[in-house]
Amino acid sequence: MEITNQRFKHCDLLSVVGKVDSYTAPDLNKAIEAVTKEGRYKIVLDMSKLEYMSSAGFRALLVGQRICRRYNRGEIVLAAVPKKIMEALDLTGFTTLFKIFADVTLAVGNI
Amino acid sequence: MRTAIFPAAFDQLEAIREFVGQAARDAGMDDTDMDAVELAVDEACSNIIEHAYQDLQGGDIECTCDLGQNILTIALHDHGRPFDPSSLSPPDLSSDLAHRKIGGLGVFLIHTLMDEVHFEPLGKSGNVLTMTKRGKRSK
Repeated sequence: MEITNQRFKHCDLLSVVGKVDSYTAPDLNKAIEAVTKEGRYKIVLDMSKLEYMSSAGFRALLVGQRICRRYNRGEIVLAAVPKKIMEALDLTGFTTLFKIFADVTLAVGNI
Repeated sequence: MRTAIFPAAFDQLEAIREFVGQAARDAGMDDTDMDAVELAVDEACSNIIEHAYQDLQGGDIECTCDLGQNILTIALHDHGRPFDPSSLSPPDLSSDLAHRKIGGLGVFLIHTLMDEVHFEPLGKSGNVLTMTKRGKRSK
């Protein structure tokens, strides 16, 4: 699993490639932490190349969202969520916790 | 019937998913049902590694797949601590961000994605979790 960060003036674009499960989820945690430790709290998560995510990944997103949304200073938004992951997010009630955009351009433009 | 034994470690989850995913395909299931099987087994094995073995080294998970026509039964046998998944609190699916509890999502997903789930603690012999998926349509 690989995560790259493209930094914009107003937000960070984290692109996740591959699979997020209990083994790789700590890397997702670390990637989000690396951004927030710099005092940046607006994150677009590009999921277009995400092949798989289990609840370990959902947990990482939840922890990150709590940090970002504190004091209304920012948020994590999801972009280009694959269908099967969207279904699991929906099932577990996660779609109410994140703004979801159809593509990265929309997400970066609206965060 | 096919069986494989995997070390109980998170880095084995990919191999475990491939093993059960192939079984689902061979049972004639479509991609949606195969995805459901892979996720449910991943969640179950993650729980086994985290709770039954509690990060002990050297344990393993014996995975048995019983294939039928568009039906698949998977049994996961561990030799870890007796673990009662019903002791986990029910998942929180609707409270707001500040109050949302993290726990129980794995068990919830297993029960939602699979058609039958049966857990049996075996005392000194560990635990067996059995789950069955009936495919929605035959290939």
